[in-house]
Amino acid sequence: MQNEVVIAGFGGQGVLSAGQILAYSAMAEGFNVVWLPSYGPEMRGGTANCSVVVSDQPIASPIIPHPGAAIVMNNPSLERFGPAVKAGGIIIINTSLINIKCQRDDVTQINIGANQVAMDLGNGKAANMVILGAYVAATKAVSFDVLKATVREKFARKPQFEELNMRALDAGFELAGKQM
Amino acid sequence: MGKKVLMKGNEAIGEAAILAGCRAYFCYPITPQTEVAEYLARRMPEVGGTFLQGESEVAVSYMLFGAGGAGVKVFTSSSSPGISLMAEGMSYIATAELPIVLINVMRNGPGLGGILPAQADYFQATKGAGHGDYHFIVLAPSSVQEAVDLIVKSFDMAEKYSNPVMLVADGMIGQMMEPVELPTFDEPPSPYVKGHEKWATTGAKGRERNLVKTLFLNPHEGQDHNVKLQTKYKEIEANEIAFEEIDTDGDLDVLLVSFGTMARVCKTAMESLKAEGVKVGMLRPISLWPFPLQRIRDLADKTKLVVSVELSMGQMVEDVERAVQGKTPVGFFGRAGGIVPTPDEVKDGILNLMKES
Amino acid sequence: MATTVFKRPESMSTNITHYCPGCTHGIVHRLVGEVLDELGLRERAIGIAPVGCSVLCYNYFNIDFQESAHGRAPAMATGIKRTRPDTIVFTYQGDGDLASIGTNELIHAANRGERITTVFVNNAIYGMTGGQMAPTTMPGQVTTTCPMGRDVQTMGHPLRVSEMLATLKTPSYIARVAVHKPSYVIEAKRALKKAFQYQVEGRCYSLVEFLSTCPTNWAMTPSQSTKWLEDTMLPYYPLGEFKTPDEEE
Repeated sequence: MQNEVVIAGFGGQGVLSAGQILAYSAMAEGFNVVWLPSYGPEMRGGTANCSVVVSDQPIASPIIPHPGAAIVMNNPSLERFGPAVKAGGIIIINTSLINIKCQRDDVTQINIGANQVAMDLGNGKAANMVILGAYVAATKAVSFDVLKATVREKFARKPQFEELNMRALDAGFELAGKQM
Repeated sequence: MGKKVLMKGNEAIGEAAILAGCRAYFCYPITPQTEVAEYLARRMPEVGGTFLQGESEVAVSYMLFGAGGAGVKVFTSSSSPGISLMAEGMSYIATAELPIVLINVMRNGPGLGGILPAQADYFQATKGAGHGDYHFIVLAPSSVQEAVDLIVKSFDMAEKYSNPVMLVADGMIGQMMEPVELPTFDEPPSPYVKGHEKWATTGAKGRERNLVKTLFLNPHEGQDHNVKLQTKYKEIEANEIAFEEIDTDGDLDVLLVSFGTMARVCKTAMESLKAEGVKVGMLRPISLWPFPLQRIRDLADKTKLVVSVELSMGQMVEDVERAVQGKTPVGFFGRAGGIVPTPDEVKDGILNLMKES
Repeated sequence: MATTVFKRPESMSTNITHYCPGCTHGIVHRLVGEVLDELGLRERAIGIAPVGCSVLCYNYFNIDFQESAHGRAPAMATGIKRTRPDTIVFTYQGDGDLASIGTNELIHAANRGERITTVFVNNAIYGMTGGQMAPTTMPGQVTTTCPMGRDVQTMGHPLRVSEMLATLKTPSYIARVAVHKPSYVIEAKRALKKAFQYQVEGRCYSLVEFLSTCPTNWAMTPSQSTKWLEDTMLPYYPLGEFKTPDEEE
């Protein structure tokens, strides 16, 4: 079993931290995991992405040119990573900020208005948790309970965000579940 | 071993040095390893150690010399252009046989190059960046866990042989996060090098004075010192060659030789090569100096082709050729640093080389 | 019973120096040895030898020594002092080593306020390599690499190291002295002792610049050298304390 995902968006959308939370959850569940951020010149352009590989086997290449899934938070991310996802894979699209169509018909597309959902919950910054919940619903890369426990632990010292993030994860999880 | 923690490579590198007993770190910022410095700027004071940002890598290399010559376990981290600046100091450190440890988180060059992963400092690390006949022990981790383990081991090796040790990682190992088990010790390792009282400069109280020097104006004295160094290098070559072998049982169509992150990409490529019926194995050198010459020579007898796969334009391949001694064709597949080839590109590259050979 | 009125300092070895007749390195060495003895520092002291005529100076002291690459002594001293704060660390450097190739290491060690002492011997020329122009070479002074004399239009004016370091805000002790006459030697020793005393007290970086002679490479007799130093160097390199740690504190 190996799950690979690229999470991409603008800097500040929390894509790197969403990837880290996924990585912490995978480790808590006893999986091997590699979290690899984009670094270098592209860091300076305001876009950010990371890839997370979760496996029950030792992970060979940390570089995944054709991941099983992509979470795309904005238009440039869809343009760049939409075509990269392997056939039969999953693309999770943040429809709050993406107004272009994904041209693939050989992948499962899941549409989540992550920013809108997060704002409805009280804080647009939780969009990354909405979409992470959706990803876990769609791929079962890690157990949803372990994911929630990880987020609780990470936000233990900020209770105001802990509850918000829990509701964000739940909302994303449910929305994706309806589309599967 | 303790429980697993998820750590970024650069931070794990810093923590590993502390766990190994190191309480002195001198540095100069350079991407992509600056997080090591940032981590230790916070951690060293917590453990009562010395953190100092020097004015240049040149100065840092002599801060290492000074502290190492005072019998202290000392560490630095840098990246390719920074290592070039330290090259002068490295020659002096090796000559004075100081047990310092450093890591080069390699970026793409030559020149200012870029800040992306590369392995093009293989020559610099293994053939000597500075002047004269000297060697650092050179180790190449391929995961965050291995980086941690090798740093701890490096301090032991440096102490055992009175010889500097350099780790070469690529930028990717510095930037990635992986679960690591940090080593635990019944007794915390000392911040001082064992037996340093015999040679280190700490103030000549109640003993003959100690002198740490690299000047040998008398050529016979200079030759004696060189012979002493070479004798030590032979001993290191006899004891410290380290490598990992994957699927090298039986006869092979192709043997890959690759290290660091590139070896991990090769592992994935090997699966697709096997799916196409290719009998492929890999030897991953962990010690780049000393290099596993004899083992590669032995494996060359039972393969049709040996391919060195590198994140450079072809450097280690020269040592692979030296190992194979013309018994078997040797090919090279690589990319200039900065662009890490995908497993599919490696697979295609290997298949092409097999067709040509 | 005989009374000892003069003896070799404990901090010095019995080796005969290799310096040329009329060179003042020997006097400066002796002063370092006397000061270390008088302050009781022999067993805590670590010297750093430079590259230059005094490259072998470790042979003349009976204390722990490290020998540096050209110009890097202040960085090595930093590495030692930061990790062995109870030691007394000094660099011994000439003007090629300190004022040319080693300016970066010098300025930053001073500006960080490293608790070390620099013994700076300025004889306005490269000695060991055979008399080439140094940053401290006087205008018009002939050397093998400025055979028509130093031209300040193309090579600038001599570098005044002490004055330059005295501009740094970090507390330090910076003094320039000379040793070509007994009265100057007494003053020089007073400054050197202060410099080490400040280090013992953990107060500041300290540097004492010794104006020095080089009869061999100046192509003069020792007595001509003394006169040339007095006539040519002293007016440009005035003696005195340029900075004391009390000024900025």
